[in-house]
Amino acid sequence: MDKQNRKAWLYLLPAILFLGVFMIYPLADVLIYSVEENFRSASQTYTGVGLENFSVVLRSPDFLQAVKNTFILVIITVPVSTGIALLISLGLSSIQPLRKLYQTIYFLPYVTNTLAVGLVFMLIFQYDQDGGAGLFAMLLQALGMQPVDFIQGPYWAKITVTCLYTVWVVMPFKILILTSALASVPQSYYNAAKIDGTSKWRTFTRITLPSIAPMIFYLIITGFIGAFKAYSDEVALFGVNLNEAGMNTMVGFIYDKLYSDGGGYPSYASAAALILFAIVLTITVINLMVSKKTVNS
Amino acid sequence: MAFFSTYYECEGCDAMKVVLQNLTKIFPNRTKKMPDVIAVNNFNFEIPDGQLIGLLGPSGCGKSTALNLICGLEKPSSGKIFFGEEDVTELPPENRGVGLVFQNYALYPHMTVRQNIMFPLQNFKGKDKLPKAEMEKRVEEAARLVQIERLMDRKPSQMSGGQQQRVAIARALVKMPRVLLLDEPLSNLDARLRLQTREEIRRIQRNTGITTIFVTHDQEEAMSISDLIVVMKEGVIQQIDQPQRVYDDPKNLFVAKFLGTPPINVFEGTVRNETLYLGQDGVLRVPGVGDRDVWVGVRPEGFVPQEAGPLCCELKALEVMGRDTSVVLGNPAAVSDPLRAIISAEHAAAPGDKEMRFALKPNKVFLFDKETEERIRVRAE
Repeated sequence: MDKQNRKAWLYLLPAILFLGVFMIYPLADVLIYSVEENFRSASQTYTGVGLENFSVVLRSPDFLQAVKNTFILVIITVPVSTGIALLISLGLSSIQPLRKLYQTIYFLPYVTNTLAVGLVFMLIFQYDQDGGAGLFAMLLQALGMQPVDFIQGPYWAKITVTCLYTVWVVMPFKILILTSALASVPQSYYNAAKIDGTSKWRTFTRITLPSIAPMIFYLIITGFIGAFKAYSDEVALFGVNLNEAGMNTMVGFIYDKLYSDGGGYPSYASAAALILFAIVLTITVINLMVSKKTVNS
Repeated sequence: MAFFSTYYECEGCDAMKVVLQNLTKIFPNRTKKMPDVIAVNNFNFEIPDGQLIGLLGPSGCGKSTALNLICGLEKPSSGKIFFGEEDVTELPPENRGVGLVFQNYALYPHMTVRQNIMFPLQNFKGKDKLPKAEMEKRVEEAARLVQIERLMDRKPSQMSGGQQQRVAIARALVKMPRVLLLDEPLSNLDARLRLQTREEIRRIQRNTGITTIFVTHDQEEAMSISDLIVVMKEGVIQQIDQPQRVYDDPKNLFVAKFLGTPPINVFEGTVRNETLYLGQDGVLRVPGVGDRDVWVGVRPEGFVPQEAGPLCCELKALEVMGRDTSVVLGNPAAVSDPLRAIISAEHAAAPGDKEMRFALKPNKVFLFDKETEERIRVRAE
């Protein structure tokens, strides 16, 4: 028995080591950092233990701006991208000719580099007085409207373009999941509905939607988590100094506290990371509760 | 249940005869090299109202396509379909008044039994719309008819295959269809449930009196519950008749081979001077048949053991089945291998015997043309 046990531990050792070094230790470290007050990286000293870091982070205007940006991003992009993806998937599964071609086209953003996409978006939406008018600005001008610089202009313009960008980037994966979910609904359900004279709308709401509901909830939950973790997209659009652009996200704030010019504050970063974790956890739990209720009924 | 059937009459949507006229369905083939597939080839038949019809044939013979044409899920390439006097060829499925039971039941998994059965009723619009109480009543009746009243709040996944099948039938019946269609209704059930459910289908059909068409590849199933059997092969109707008549009087070799368990025994034979020869044995007088080579089909029960019988067979094995004995035989003229004869147990041979001699019952022996495989009639003596 004892030998057996030792053997088991031996087999588990690589995994435990790996998880311990790269998962458990950092997690514990984040917790510890977050409560060490006035921690100095250089001397590795701190003055006390408490929740001071959290209150500093929560009062920081940069962090509040980042929270606001992140929430706007989450609340707009998750439903919009899921909804549009559903519409496109429905369209894709109802056409026969060229379906494969369209599926490939819709999947392209998924395999395209984020920074490259960001650059293209920047070129499309930028507009400055020196004549650097992007495609969108030219379109507005052609329609006789006053163009706005979506990259360096007012806040609403910047957040709009961020949302657009995010929706565009996350869409392919959702379309992929939803088209396969739709394809897995047995044709006999639709035949049965047709024989019974079920209207298109009722077929959709009573048969199609409930059949693919688990997949939709999966997309919503992963969508929320993904949007809360947004950072690289903003960098691609607005450059590394996101605080100056007012477009920072929570993950961006954490990164800045660690590494950027004002960096070297692992305590603040850890506190912010824990706050982000708490938010994501809460939202995910709510999501799961709602989905359980809806999918089962 | 009786209430349910009177209900049909008073609603004025009682059973209908179904007429198929020159019905043809061709599936064009994608590639140029392959010919088009004629799934249903020039169907002409009339199903009398209130009868249970078995559409029987091997896989891929077009029987499901025929069913889809009748319910309207497929459009015919040509030909017409009538329910009663009404031409329904161009009508969409929902306006035909058909109920369809699918092979895999197609119950909506997220709805309870009650919701599943009620679903078709909730589709009614405008003046056909039913008050809630009426819907509830109809659902209850349909459930009672198939005896699932106690399972109304279950989900399909919490039920056995047989129970799901009943729910599917109830869902098809609840809107009081003019014609009930069942696509391989028993093939997903285990052997015991299959027996039970086919009796059930028969009972429900009798009680409601709805013209019912069901598709199957299982000849026993079709024989046991149908009023009429339609035997199909490669899109062409081979024979339409009452089950016993199809068995006793097959029109061609295919029908003879397709019906019956154990299957019919096929020999190569020759007719000379109105006598049928299997190999060298002159086994039967066949008046009215000219000299020619023929296929000979002998039903297993057509063998009569006789000391001096004209047909000599090698005795390979005896399979005791209690009441009867199945005798496994060999004969040089036989095409089917092994031959199988069913004889009553008391006539069974002694275990040591190497050979057995038989006479053949004339009404269990069928002759078929060597080329066309059509039946050659023997004049009654």
